[in-house]
Amino acid sequence: MSDLLLKIRGLKIEGRSDETWNPIINGIDVDLKKGEVLGMIGESGAGKSTVGLAAMGYTRDGVRISEGSVEFDGVDLVKASAAVKRALLGKRIAYVAQSAAASFNPAHKLIDQHTEGPVQHGVSSRGESELDGIELYRRLRLPNPEEIGFRYPHQVSGGQLQRAMTAMAMACRPDLIIFDEPTTALDVTTQIEVLASIRDIVEQFDTAAIYITHDLAVVAQMADKIKVLLKGDEVEEADTRTMLSSPTKDYTKSLWAVRSFERPAKPAINVNATPVVSIRNVTAAYGTVDVLHDVSFDIHAGRTVAVVGESGSGKSTAARCITGLLPPRIGHIEFDGEPLPVSYKQRNKGQLRQAQMIYQMADTALNPRKSIGETIGRPVEFYMGLKGREKRKRVEELLAEIELEPTEYFNRLPSELSGGQKQRIGIARALAAEPKFIICDEVTSALDQLVAEGILRLLAKLQDELGLSYMFITHDLATVRSIADEVVVMKDGEVVEQGPKKEMFKPPHHAYTDLLLSSVPEMDPDWLTNLLQERGVDNIGDAAVDKM
Amino acid sequence: MNALIWIIGGLIVMLAVAWAFRFAAQKATNDKPYFRDMPLGVAFGYVFAAAALLFSLWYFFQPQAVDGVPQPGVIFFRWAVIGLLGFAAASWVFRTVFRNVGTENSKKLFRSMPLTAAFGIMIIFIYAIVSIFAGLIAPYGQEEILGAANVVAGGDPALGGNPEYPLGTDQIGRDIMSRLIYGAQNTVGIAFVTTCLAFFLGGSLGFLAAVLGGWLDQLLSRVVDALMAIPSLIFSLLLMTIATAWAGSEAWLVTIYMIFIIAVIDSTRVFRLSRAVGQSIVVMDYIEAAKLRGEGMGYLIFREILPNALAPLLAEFGLRFCFVFLTIASLSFLGVGIQPPKADWGTMVRDLSQFINFAAFAPNVAVTPLLAAGAIALLTVAVNFVVDWMLHKSSGLKE
Repeated sequence: MSDLLLKIRGLKIEGRSDETWNPIINGIDVDLKKGEVLGMIGESGAGKSTVGLAAMGYTRDGVRISEGSVEFDGVDLVKASAAVKRALLGKRIAYVAQSAAASFNPAHKLIDQHTEGPVQHGVSSRGESELDGIELYRRLRLPNPEEIGFRYPHQVSGGQLQRAMTAMAMACRPDLIIFDEPTTALDVTTQIEVLASIRDIVEQFDTAAIYITHDLAVVAQMADKIKVLLKGDEVEEADTRTMLSSPTKDYTKSLWAVRSFERPAKPAINVNATPVVSIRNVTAAYGTVDVLHDVSFDIHAGRTVAVVGESGSGKSTAARCITGLLPPRIGHIEFDGEPLPVSYKQRNKGQLRQAQMIYQMADTALNPRKSIGETIGRPVEFYMGLKGREKRKRVEELLAEIELEPTEYFNRLPSELSGGQKQRIGIARALAAEPKFIICDEVTSALDQLVAEGILRLLAKLQDELGLSYMFITHDLATVRSIADEVVVMKDGEVVEQGPKKEMFKPPHHAYTDLLLSSVPEMDPDWLTNLLQERGVDNIGDAAVDKM
Repeated sequence: MNALIWIIGGLIVMLAVAWAFRFAAQKATNDKPYFRDMPLGVAFGYVFAAAALLFSLWYFFQPQAVDGVPQPGVIFFRWAVIGLLGFAAASWVFRTVFRNVGTENSKKLFRSMPLTAAFGIMIIFIYAIVSIFAGLIAPYGQEEILGAANVVAGGDPALGGNPEYPLGTDQIGRDIMSRLIYGAQNTVGIAFVTTCLAFFLGGSLGFLAAVLGGWLDQLLSRVVDALMAIPSLIFSLLLMTIATAWAGSEAWLVTIYMIFIIAVIDSTRVFRLSRAVGQSIVVMDYIEAAKLRGEGMGYLIFREILPNALAPLLAEFGLRFCFVFLTIASLSFLGVGIQPPKADWGTMVRDLSQFINFAAFAPNVAVTPLLAAGAIALLTVAVNFVVDWMLHKSSGLKE
């Protein structure tokens, strides 16, 4: 026995579809020493999660390990009996899932779920493991560690839940933890806290980990070495610093280069020009609670205004006010200098046509039972009154505009498209109305970086060609950097700061803008360490607890 | 007491055999994961199933009559087994034929179809043909009174049958086969119309409630709650009694009233389903996009929501059809449904029910009421098989 903890050799995994077994993973080797962190990156569909689960000898339904071995501490988990696996999983190997909110049982308190593993495995008694849980909560810098475990999952925030889940995974002091995109669903500011606490605790207990993510900057902070996967094959593996500074394969280089897209700056806005859309002192409420407070900003012709903020900051609510889904309590929206009726129900076809929307989740934004031709054709028919051959011709033009082959895609259903293609269809549907103004609500946040870059380039191209104005809602500052002309920073329903992009990315900032900006992970592996030193560990967000 | 000891003893023996079976399998296959991780309960299940199969085989080949006395248990068991195997074989042939005949899409559909679904589709198909062409197929009229009453089924004169009436005649001498065939037309046809009406009512109101919400949703939902609170059979019985009084001597009016009464009562269930399904669709972004486009209510409901709700609604349609069908049969059995002399399966079961008492010594006499009951059961089972298959397919598509 060497010091290798996990040794995967020639792992091949197949998935069942259309009555045959199709390869998902085509032979992957993993070596992991005790206390080492392996970052696994790749686009969605690359098989990262499948490999992560296979490292526990587990596969999802309809998926099987066809060849290869997964040796954990000398035990081959592929061949091991259910009893042998049961003794290892949870005790020596633990798993942290992407969505903690969906993975906790909402009917039990956190501490009850925390103590279940250790008690089942006979590691400690209920009382001991409760005390240990509180200790772990403290080390993970959760607020009120003595008390937080006695809450139900819905009573704590997403970031806290993710840390509670990490604590749960640590409960038996496992030798290996598999983190499956633990911070993907979190805001940048929350992500920092989770990243820092995961890194600390893994170091403290000398635990080996596989860290699965699609965010390069995140993996750079966490991993000792990085493995890049593409469509079930390994592209390359190297030490983190080597990998970041000198990737050898083209695919890896293209991943690294994604963040370089940036639009050239546009000339300053003519102050006297009438803005296309202008939000005037809008205060809006859900029920009796105000969620927007006196928000005003303008969007000029041919410009992109990025609205930035954490979730809950009111960016999407502002969009709902503009579209008329949520009539503002005070204030109004002006379009080309003319005030719009507050509710979409009172607006006429022409007014509705001028402002279109592209949604975050392309899956729910396209009717799954309608073909692409129908989806794009409907606004063409509805607003332009085109029918039959003219309609078809216009739809094909639009498909060509969003860089999809018209004849090939016309009759397809959304389920036959990839995520990026679906998002393009969403764009085409908005364009079909020939609007002046488009609201892009987190359009790239559900996409892989390469695909997202393609969408951003397309949006930029369309803006140049058609003179569109965008309101670009996002929490990703890299996206802001690449596409925005002006930036509006929101927090708790108020505009904290607004101005041209150049000024926004240069100090001095409002304190909140500063926090947002500095929280965006950078590719530098020392970034997190430096940042934490700069801020002082006690200061990261709400988790102000003494350092252990 | 003795029987209890036998049962317990048998279970213990089977448990022991199960353990031995698992042990032997583990040794023989050199610890294949399937046998290695097999719980004792699963092994017990295998042994139990094997024992049940052996018992059935043994029972199947028991003599049908001992010393001239028929053994109804053996006879009915044989009929059941032969019927089961016969239907399985027929549906296998049916599926094989349609795997090779028809369009590319239909072939593909039949290729992935389980035998149960093929059976269901075959039965529904046969019922549809029979009820549409009842007038051509039936040898006699449904109201026609022929010479001999109470002719035994089977057509064997030695046992009191008559080859002219292969399924016998009822107490006043009407041909049972003809009445069964016309019964398909009346019972199935009316059930189909009623179910369609229930779906139109419940479906459109349910979607409307889902889209509009607010006070309309509250109003409709509370009305539906109130209707659902009353046991449906008793409620429809009550309303039918009133309707019968209203209709007076016009028998066809009773049928019309019945269709409306059952449709309204059943539409409450459809309303709940379509409202629930609709609500989960209404929150989708594509509905918001359509609203912001300025689409009207009709487009929203029928073009955006309905296509996405089709799978659960279709499945519910199958189930609801069975319930409506059984309700009509029950009402007819109770005497307020389809009015005589029209043939109807529920009425036929009621009229002939006293023959059930012959089951212990003359199986072919007892079978007379069972034919109509069997026709009801067969269709219900068939529709449920198809519904199960569709539900499985639609849920499989989503995941």
